[in-house]
Amino acid sequence: MKNILKYTFAVLAVGLVSCDPEFDSPVTDDGFYSSGTADLSKYVSVGNSLTAGYADGALYITGQNNSYPNIMAQQFEFAGGGDFTQPLMNDNLGGLLLGGSQIAENRFVLAVDANGNPGPVRLDGMPTTDITNKLSGPFNNMGVPGAKSFHLVAPGYGNVGGILAGTANPYFARFASTESATVIGDAVAQNPTFFSLWIGNNDILSYATSGGTGVDQTGNLDPSSYGPEDITDPNVFASVYSQQVEALTAGGAKGVLVNIPEVTSIPYFTTVPTNAIPLDAATAAQLNAQFAAYNNQILPGLVGIGLITPEEAALRMINFSAGQNFPIMTDDDLTDITQILQGPPFNLPAQLATLLGQLRQVKSDDLIVLIASSELGTTPDPSNPQGVIGVSIPLRDGLVLSTTEQARVTAASTAYNATIQSLAGAKGLAFVDAKTALSRVANGGVSYDGGVLTSQFVTGGAFSLDGVHPTPRGYAYTANLIINAINDTYDASIPTVHIGNYATVTVTNN
Amino acid sequence: MKKVLVLAAFALVSAVTYAGGYRVSLQGNKALAMGHTGVAVVNSSESVFFNPAALVYLEDKFSISAGVHGVFSNIAYQDSETGANARTDSPVGTPLYFYASYQATDWLAFGLGVYTPYGSSVEYEDDWAGSHLVNNIDLQAIYIQPTVSFKINDKLSVGGGPIYVTGSVNFNRNLNRTLTDLEGNRANVTVDASGVSNWGWVASAMVNLTDDLHIGATYRSEIILDAEDGDADFENVPNSPLTPFADTTFDASLPLPAEMTVGMSYDFCEKWTFAFDFNRTFWDVYESLDLDFANAEIPDSENARNYKNSSIYRFGMQYDVTKMFTLRAGYYFDESPVREGYFAPETPRNDSNNFTAGLTVNLGEHLQIDASFLYSHFKEVDASYNYYSENGVSVPFRGTYKTNAFVPGLGLTYKL
Repeated sequence: MKNILKYTFAVLAVGLVSCDPEFDSPVTDDGFYSSGTADLSKYVSVGNSLTAGYADGALYITGQNNSYPNIMAQQFEFAGGGDFTQPLMNDNLGGLLLGGSQIAENRFVLAVDANGNPGPVRLDGMPTTDITNKLSGPFNNMGVPGAKSFHLVAPGYGNVGGILAGTANPYFARFASTESATVIGDAVAQNPTFFSLWIGNNDILSYATSGGTGVDQTGNLDPSSYGPEDITDPNVFASVYSQQVEALTAGGAKGVLVNIPEVTSIPYFTTVPTNAIPLDAATAAQLNAQFAAYNNQILPGLVGIGLITPEEAALRMINFSAGQNFPIMTDDDLTDITQILQGPPFNLPAQLATLLGQLRQVKSDDLIVLIASSELGTTPDPSNPQGVIGVSIPLRDGLVLSTTEQARVTAASTAYNATIQSLAGAKGLAFVDAKTALSRVANGGVSYDGGVLTSQFVTGGAFSLDGVHPTPRGYAYTANLIINAINDTYDASIPTVHIGNYATVTVTNN
Repeated sequence: MKKVLVLAAFALVSAVTYAGGYRVSLQGNKALAMGHTGVAVVNSSESVFFNPAALVYLEDKFSISAGVHGVFSNIAYQDSETGANARTDSPVGTPLYFYASYQATDWLAFGLGVYTPYGSSVEYEDDWAGSHLVNNIDLQAIYIQPTVSFKINDKLSVGGGPIYVTGSVNFNRNLNRTLTDLEGNRANVTVDASGVSNWGWVASAMVNLTDDLHIGATYRSEIILDAEDGDADFENVPNSPLTPFADTTFDASLPLPAEMTVGMSYDFCEKWTFAFDFNRTFWDVYESLDLDFANAEIPDSENARNYKNSSIYRFGMQYDVTKMFTLRAGYYFDESPVREGYFAPETPRNDSNNFTAGLTVNLGEHLQIDASFLYSHFKEVDASYNYYSENGVSVPFRGTYKTNAFVPGLGLTYKL
């Protein structure tokens, strides 16, 4: 009797372990979520640093894990999505080695200095990702940091031998299928059933972040002649972009195209105020006296001889007052008067003529780039306390994106975006207006379950410590935008994520 | 006494979760088989727990009941907005009980009980969607209760005694939804306190209206377990003055609420007994679970609970089939003490319907085997916990929960 009871008890106990509670409709059941008319079983993402998950000035593992394609792929799994692989870096430092010597810096972290002030610093440590170590792909995430539109179709962009010459990309070199492979070719070779394409940002961004020191190549149809900081011709963009969309859709794949945000949406251009120079009345008066001859004699004189327009003369006037002042800067879009000033009737010494050559004050609608904060107001020559950058030494042209330069960026990106949107329409692809979405973040912010996501540097939550690339939370916001567009276009019901579950900047002291 | 200590040591490795809040109604196989009724039932030394006043009516000079339950409890969570889902992988709880009674005279009886009326053990997968509220918790409280029972006359008896409680808690959760170290490992804290003890008491009465109709009432006092200088162990915290979470100690108070039970039992048709118990648990003492960290740099953790008093309605039947077999069955409705908006995943309890059955096998004059089985059914529920905040902004944790529990039990009764 005792044994019977014992066995009954044991059998009962074993049977019970499997009695899991079941929901009426479990989210894990097939059919709870739907991919609609899309097939998510093989998703390949194509793009640049944004697609790779680059953040904080580097590519590193946890950043890659929070790339928008990886977040999307995890949500796709609820609606028939398959495995999603990424060319993960070797560490969370993010720097790159080429044959043992470092060619890219580590990531930024938010560190607190001796005075208790937090700020971005590069994380210490020797990186371990050597790009000569070839990864065996293919990888679903084909995001290549630094890639411009035409790079995706450029053979040899993944050739290690071309990196130092600048014809190849160190990130693509890690996982390009062959030395002559193209990014788009390696993507298409995976036979994706679904793709995302977000490219073109760097075609304007490198020009913008360099303060417009590159060349606007609009009208030049040969991208092989472009410098790294140039603006890509919109026709070149349209041509390579439609090639890419053709290639990706050739096998019947559905997909999503994402347009190019405005540079004014990112903290790299909006953090440093244009009037960052505080002056008292005496100093302002003293400075005005020094520029009196320039304002009252030289500039009217140049207008008089027809060398500059009255408008340019007005733009070049220097005026300081008590309170916050606009720094002086060099603007390469101004007429260079260095040589003129050294001749009669001005006869200025060479040093002064050079200072005034392309000089003006920053205007309120110029954009001072983030890295100018470490130069503005400093005295580069310790033996000359009068030599203050922004006051007596002009800000470098590369630290200011002038309104003229902004107009070039806007013209190009507007043209790119027209191409992107019309191709999405023509091909029946989902389209994400990242430009509008990011400008919402920048202007007032976007509410989520834990606060408001804004573009405020460090504290806003959307942008990482390089001021250009999103945080994991910013990428999660992007992933939701794309998922919503897919759901709308393909009658799908892929679940979104709570962006509050994704981190912002990483704090740590070296 | 040595046996008591052994049992207590055993109970420390046991872990349980079931019933409203962290109340664990598994204090005897005979009673559980009848819907955990017993405040007006006279049939074994399980009365040490259910109603000490009944001990004096036991027919045997000496009686011991001991047993164990196996608690298989499961929680499933999902959020249809994001697809997030989780299932607990909680260890099988094995709460034990031990009761002894001794008839000193026909008007005086003594008893001793060791039992575990409060506890909780829930293990989610680390870093699941609600990991900022709980990854895992193991809460235990062992009650040791010497008891005396007086018969005032054939109609009325009273009983009671002091209760010594020793408890422990181990609780782990992530510090918030996002903080990690450089390698992406989530920052978390484990708080651990053991050997936390305090005293309480129990008092009860029993009225025999007729030979067949009994009424009983038992009150068990509230006991607050004050953990002092428990260990708080912070893991994966980045090295920064902005995240000053270093290992420290903490103080916290966990209330074990008072419980009032009234009920009746009625013997009919010679072989049948019907019993009804009503429990009222005074959960309103559980307002907030606050962790006060010794390190002043570390913000204290305040977790609103705001429980309400709750009731349980219990019904049980017993049928003496033969001299050898007694069959039992029961049902109870267990009201959740959790208010709307306070549904925290460490004790995700909504109202439950509970079905019980069991039997006793008499092996000779002195020995009985008691077996019982309980199935707890919880309806699927959409609920949220709204009192977690980040940077002053409330961040509700929402989802759908589905819970169940299966509890087989086995015990022995020995009487002289």
